[in-house]
Amino acid sequence: MKIRFTLNGERLEMDVREDQRVLDLLREELGLTGTKEGCGEGECGACTIIVDGRAVNSCLMLAPELDGRDVITIEGLSKDDEPDPIQKAFVDAGAVQCGFCTPGFVMSTKALLMKNPRPSREEIYKALEGNLCRCTGYVKILEAVENLITKEG
Amino acid sequence: MDAEKEVKTITREPETFQMNYIGKPLRRVEGLEKAMGKAKYVDDLKMEGMLYAKPVFSRHAHAIVKSIDTSEAENYPGIVCIVTSKDIPGENELGEVVHDYPMLVAPGDKTRFEGDMVAIVVARTLEAAKKGAELVRVDYEVLKPVLSIDEALKDDVHVHEPSNVKHFHRVRKGDIAAGFAQSDYIFENTFEVGYQEHAYLEPQGMVAVPDIDGGITVYGSMQCPYYVQSAVARVLGFELSRVRIIQTETGGGFGGKEDVPSYIAAPAALCAYLTGKPVKLVLSREEDLRMTSKRHPIRVWLKVGVKKDGTLMAVEAKVWGDMGAHGTLSPIVLWRSNIHAAGSYRVDNVKVDVWGVYTNKVPTGAFRGFGSPQVFFAFESMMDEIASKLGVDRLEFRRKNALSPGDATVTGQILDESTGAIETLEQAEKLSDWSNLLKRVEDFNQKNRLRKKGVGIAHIHYGVSLGAMGNPLDASGAFVQIHKDGRVGVHIGGTEIGQGMKTAMAAIAAETLGQKIEMIKVYQPDTSYVPDSGPTVASRTTLFSGNAVRKACEVLRKRMVETFADFMKVEPSKVKVTNGKFSCPVGEMTFGEVAAMCDRNNVPLSETGWFASPRLSWDPGKGYGDAYLTYAFATQIVVVEVDLITGAVKVEEVYTSHDVGRAINRDAVIGQIQGGFVQGMGYALMEFIKYDEHGRMMTENFNTYIIPTIHETPRFRIGLVEKPFELGPYGAKGIGEPSLIPTPAAVANAVSHAIGKRVKRLPIIPEYLLSLITQREAEVV
Ligand code: FES
Ligand code: FES
Repeated sequence: MKIRFTLNGERLEMDVREDQRVLDLLREELGLTGTKEGCGEGECGACTIIVDGRAVNSCLMLAPELDGRDVITIEGLSKDDEPDPIQKAFVDAGAVQCGFCTPGFVMSTKALLMKNPRPSREEIYKALEGNLCRCTGYVKILEAVENLITKEG
Repeated sequence: MDAEKEVKTITREPETFQMNYIGKPLRRVEGLEKAMGKAKYVDDLKMEGMLYAKPVFSRHAHAIVKSIDTSEAENYPGIVCIVTSKDIPGENELGEVVHDYPMLVAPGDKTRFEGDMVAIVVARTLEAAKKGAELVRVDYEVLKPVLSIDEALKDDVHVHEPSNVKHFHRVRKGDIAAGFAQSDYIFENTFEVGYQEHAYLEPQGMVAVPDIDGGITVYGSMQCPYYVQSAVARVLGFELSRVRIIQTETGGGFGGKEDVPSYIAAPAALCAYLTGKPVKLVLSREEDLRMTSKRHPIRVWLKVGVKKDGTLMAVEAKVWGDMGAHGTLSPIVLWRSNIHAAGSYRVDNVKVDVWGVYTNKVPTGAFRGFGSPQVFFAFESMMDEIASKLGVDRLEFRRKNALSPGDATVTGQILDESTGAIETLEQAEKLSDWSNLLKRVEDFNQKNRLRKKGVGIAHIHYGVSLGAMGNPLDASGAFVQIHKDGRVGVHIGGTEIGQGMKTAMAAIAAETLGQKIEMIKVYQPDTSYVPDSGPTVASRTTLFSGNAVRKACEVLRKRMVETFADFMKVEPSKVKVTNGKFSCPVGEMTFGEVAAMCDRNNVPLSETGWFASPRLSWDPGKGYGDAYLTYAFATQIVVVEVDLITGAVKVEEVYTSHDVGRAINRDAVIGQIQGGFVQGMGYALMEFIKYDEHGRMMTENFNTYIIPTIHETPRFRIGLVEKPFELGPYGAKGIGEPSLIPTPAAVANAVSHAIGKRVKRLPIIPEYLLSLITQREAEVV
């Protein structure tokens, strides 16, 4: 079926299969491999993208559901190779180790801060609880997000 | 989780010279690429004409394959071919260390766990490959599976012939009978520890490509490119020179990508060889959980004798490790259990025996700590048990028996100067404010009836690098090239798996050459550049690859200094190089200008470095001698809160001190410590693998195999003890594993302290904890 949606600021019209996952559409058809697959079951958050301002697991969403939506992926955060402040903050705080979870965490953080520029620690926990990281123990990830808030505040 | 910003450090001597990078917090060199989604992991690779492979796994834990019918699958649209054992040109054998792991089970042979492969389906799309795998019909004769250590020990059903049980290792020191005879008290206990899944976020995978040199190049997620190279060559019957392995960015390893990548690369390479096309084989999370290695479930029986004054007199240990269906790395993993089972203290009489047993479950293998967290859980639990019986402070009891330079380890190895055991105990004591902490917890417990807090402590040592069992593998190379624009390319045989290897190597190269760190490029490892450098395991990469890089850079620096000195007409000793600048009393030049001058003068600007472990004097027959090059030490103190109604445990505070020799990149060391702790905490409290009675894994994704989330992260205070190790690059020893090793023991001891009952099993899931609280010993589930 045909769908129309906005991807990283660009309007697209595409023919998609009804049973195609958004994750596969992005990675396989559109070559946007920054969005990762860690579990395929909505448990790890590595595939997080932003749809109409909300963080969603792209492994649980089907391509037809994108029709009429506004989608941002990790590739859409950096403008002309200039990283988003969130991406910089993660690197500065040492919140990136193997990096496989990082795009997902960055997108969940982005969705949080778009809605709520000064979240409390509880709100940060809530926003990031669906993202698994096996390397960092989460300490530096929290630091990265909190540094960002204090800097902007 | 108020992360402690300032990290406490004990350094043995003042810095003798100022360093630009070593010991400083450094930004990860490949960090931005990862954060921007640009870094290429294996599943991100796509090649012209690429095909997709899916394995057909055994449906049964233990069965004879009678026949394989591929006709229906072959006719499915999109299928290219179906590969079975008869298509293997070389050896049908995968196992590293133990060779009992067929790549594809042949008709007439046995499947030994549900993750054994029977066939591989190659198709033009992933969907077709999956469908094809469902359509392959295999006829089995089902056998009774062996699913526990106890069943395996009965040895009536054999997983492998002639027996399920193998005696692997021993330690013998002093006179064990005399040691017990001289003891005032003798303690005896049995402890059991379960599986742990690595749960690296990136599932395993490979892309194999027939290359323009007439060989096969394999790209993939891995820790040990040279293992992969050998396995691919063995299965294809190729010479090593026709197999080239390139590591892609790797989304976590923790030991899980030590040998297992070989078991994925070999089938992928075979499919590429047979079809002449690039082939991608990436496991789904379920396949990864079912097929790939785990931490060994281990049973430890311990007997410890002490004097009234708290002197340890004798330790006897028996250790059984569940190897699963194939031996793989078990002998070397359990070797570490052997060396660490009798604890980290001075004791003259020691007897340790270690057995591996086969079961029809997933093969167990390497996992951060390598057979040591399990035995330390047992030993450190005993230490607490003994201290409480003697009525002495637990920390004091450990300090009294702790190792100092010049002391002998449990295997009789005399310790070198870089032995920071006591320092870690004292630093952890200070960080935690030990005596006030105990009071604070006691106060809380007096005021609360249904919630109890507990304090746990664990003290460990860790043999750095591979040790005597791995001596022949313990060498690493590097190839360093300085371009005429002053940029530096570094090739090493060790891999970046998230631990910060690239940044550490860039720092060592920058420091040694006097170049700026941003001018250093550390490449993805490629077996065609650097000779076999052994595995990236055992926290050895900083030590081995780091030394190799340093050696190559020292030679290059000397050449550049001489060229510059010659040009300036000064003595080389008058030249200083730092921060990308060469200077002498009469003038200066940039690093790039000197590189260009060398290029014009035909001064060679590439060099190899090599570092090999000195020979160790271990005697396996006697079970005595020098087991490892050196040891790292750690002391960890944790505070938990237990809900006596639900059985839930929360780790609240962590005080942890690590003897690292020298921290090359302070930030990365701290990151390793935090990450290792949380992984160890998951092992202690929540992570477990469950099988049904047929040997089918029931916990095959993150909805059933639960790992810690951001909610579980505790508050940390971290200390580093830096007593440089003379053979380490700038004194470094390694931190990858010691970060996790004490954690299960410390958490278990804290829970035992909170509930007043001895935890003897991990993980401490609520059911177990509640049965400990409410029931008598014999009834505990
Ligand atoms: S891949 Fe989508 S949540 Fe894990
Ligand atoms: S950095 Fe490796 S999983 Fe988060």
